[in-house]
Parts: sequence; C-alpha cells; structure tokens
Amino acid sequence: MIALLLRDLRLSVRAGGGFGLGLAFFLIVVVLVPFGVGPDRVILTPIAPGILWVAALLAALLSLDRIFALDFEDGSLPLLATAPIPLEGVALSKAVSHWITTGLPLTCVAPLLGFFLNMAPGAYVWLLASLALGAPALSMIGTFGAALTVGLRRGGLLLSLLVLPLYIPTLMFGAEAVRRGADGSGVTAPLMLVGVITLGCFALLPFATAAALRINLR
Amino acid sequence: MSMWEYANPKRFMEWTAPVVPWAFGLSGVLVVGGLFWGFFLTPEADKFGSTVKIIYLHVPAALMAINAWFMMLVASVIWVIRRHHVSALAARAAAPVGMVMTVIALVTGAIWGMPTWGTYWVWDPRLTSFMILFLFYLGYMALWEAIDDPDTAADLTAVLCIVGSIFAILSRYAVRFWNQGLHQGTSVPVVTGGRTIADVYFIPLVICMFGFGILFIALVLLRTRTEIRARRMRALTARAARA
Repeated sequence: MIALLLRDLRLSVRAGGGFGLGLAFFLIVVVLVPFGVGPDRVILTPIAPGILWVAALLAALLSLDRIFALDFEDGSLPLLATAPIPLEGVALSKAVSHWITTGLPLTCVAPLLGFFLNMAPGAYVWLLASLALGAPALSMIGTFGAALTVGLRRGGLLLSLLVLPLYIPTLMFGAEAVRRGADGSGVTAPLMLVGVITLGCFALLPFATAAALRINLR
Repeated sequence: MSMWEYANPKRFMEWTAPVVPWAFGLSGVLVVGGLFWGFFLTPEADKFGSTVKIIYLHVPAALMAINAWFMMLVASVIWVIRRHHVSALAARAAAPVGMVMTVIALVTGAIWGMPTWGTYWVWDPRLTSFMILFLFYLGYMALWEAIDDPDTAADLTAVLCIVGSIFAILSRYAVRFWNQGLHQGTSVPVVTGGRTIADVYFIPLVICMFGFGILFIALVLLRTRTEIRARRMRALTARAARA
C-alpha cells in the first residue's frame, strides 16, 4: 500500500501529472471573485470563507478523473485489482495520494488567498483547521465518484454532477466553521462535524469505491 | 411460493397487466376528486386566504418525492442482494417520476411562497434539502444514461443510490444547522399524532396523497413494463442479427 502510494505520488509530481494545476485553478477562482462582485471590502470580508471553501472544492474536483482513469487506460487497474492488497486498500491509498497532491497544498495556500479576499483576522486559523479536517473527505468522496465513472469515455462532466451533491455537507460545515471563527462564536460543533464526515467517509467509502471498481472491471 | 416469484419478469408482466389500468383509473379518480374537493369545496383559511389550496398539490408531491427516492433505495438494495432485474428496472423507472414530483413540490412551493412569505425562494432547511434531492435525482439519472451495459449501469447506480441516500440524509440534517426555518413544520405528524390542520382541509389532502401515491405506483409499473419490453426487443433484434 505504501508502495502504491509512493508510485501515485511520483506519477503526479512528474511531468504531465498536473500537480500544480489544482493550485493554479484555486488561485484563479479566488482572484476572479473580486472581479465578479466588486473590490468592496464590506462585500468581500463576509463571503471570503464561503468563496475559499467553494474554490477549494472545485479545485479538488478538477483532478478527480485522473485518480483511476490513467490506471484504467494503461491496464494497471486490473493488475491492482488482483494485487495482494485488497481493492479497498487501493481505494484508500488513491484517496490519500489525491489528498496529498491536491488537498494538502490547497489547505496550505488557502490562508494566503484569504488575504486577497480581506478575510476577518480571526478566521485564518479556522480556515486552516476546517480545510485540514475536511479536505481528506473531499478526496475520499471524489475517489468514490471517480470509481463510479472510470469506465466512461466522457466521464468528467458526469463526475462533477455526481460528486458535487455529495460534497454539500462537508462544504456546509467547513464554511460554517470559518464563518463562526470570523465573528468569534464557537467553532467546535461545525469543526467536529467536519471531522465526523471525514472519519465516516474514510471508514465506509473505500468499500463502496472498491465495489464500484469491481463492477467496472467485470 | 415466495413473494420473489412476482419479480420474475414474465410473472411481473402477467400480474401488472391488469393492475396498471386500475391503478391509473383509481389514482385519476382520487387526484381529480381530491383536487376538486380541495379547490372548490373548502373554505378559505383565515391566514392564507385562497393560497392555501396549493397545499393539495404541494404536500402530496413533496411526500412522493421523498418516498420515490426511498423506493429506489429499497429496489437498489434488493437488486444488489438478490439480483432481480425487475428491481433494478423499477428503480430506474422511479427516478424521473420522483424528479418530476420534486420539481412540482419546488415550483408549487415557490408559487405559494410569494404571497405568504413575500419571496419565491429562501435557503430554508426544507427548501434546501429538496433542492439537494433534485440534484441527487439528476446525478442518478445521468449515471443510468451514461453507461451502455445495462447490468453495469444497474450495479453502479445501485451503489450510487445507497451512498447517495446516506449523503442526502446527512445534507438534510446539515442544513438544519443554519437555524432559520421559514417553512412551517409538518401539519400531520404521524409519529406524535395531534395534527394542526382542520378536518375540512385534511380529508381532501389525504385523498390527494393517496391519489399521488397510487399514481406513482401506476407510473412506475408502466415504465418498468416499457423497459422490460424494450429489453425483449433488444434481445430479439440481437438474436435476429446473429441468425
């Protein structure tokens, strides 16, 4: 499993892996918002947490179809399915590698982009915390969606249609935690709920992902 | 003799053939009767005025929108466990009906919202969860359409339906977190009893609810039968092409 994880990480960092794409997309979405709603601080400050969360979610979405598609095309996915580690383990490892290459950088960069949106000073640490807790769930849910659509030729658009509704609870609690952090009210409840979603996803979704992969490899 | 006998496609076709017209007839009588009673024979409510009458479309549609998804979930689970093709086809057949019910509930709700709340749309927990339910229906139907092989499609949509149900319930309770309900609570609490709606309005409402429920059953049976026939056609043409 570690070997698989390292292999995926190497593949994504090397040429053609699209490692920085998600980050660049995140930056562009966040920069576009002031052009859309105007540069007024009074408008930007309250919507900053939500914008950052939505942008992070879209950036995570961007690289989802790569999780299984390349392995499916070059035939290494059937090999992984017959490998000694269970397919659930493969699913988990894929989700973790997607998180390391997409979710983790997004989490680190998000506070920086908060400056562009004049986010309230109290919100930065909670933005970091909520993304650190929630981004793994985004990767795991996305891996499930990628497993559902792996056999399809034009799966990309369908993937977003399937995955985005599943992202709603994570987004809601994550952004709520940052908003509460911004106006200084208690953040414990939404943060813990984000954690609950992440843990629940990692406990259950590998099985659903593996089931979907088996169906697609039949 | 077990109940699963009826899931055999041939047996299914046999027993549904006489049921479908009766179900359509009964639901037609109930819906038309209930709506007529509700629209023309009930007094205007003191707070809502005549706008209260949209309840006879809104509530049954909302009820069936949720129950349709629940039926899809049960059918998907049956397909995953027992692999009855009729079950998968019934889940597929129910999706567009459920989606239309969701749209009816959303649209009538918006029309009702303007005179009573002064707005077509608020991000109220109930409204939001229906919007989310609509998105789930869209994704489910899109996945069915996207996959060529019918058994793969049935399997993958069943997995999506089961996982999606968990997330739909999660979202439904997540939106409560916003704590701003403009929508009233249920008028007919089944568990606790003690409804807050007067009999004058309640009886036609119940008739409409039953009418919508039977209409849903009739539509699902009809669509499932169509799908079974389409599959037979495909099998026959494939056989003819081979010969």
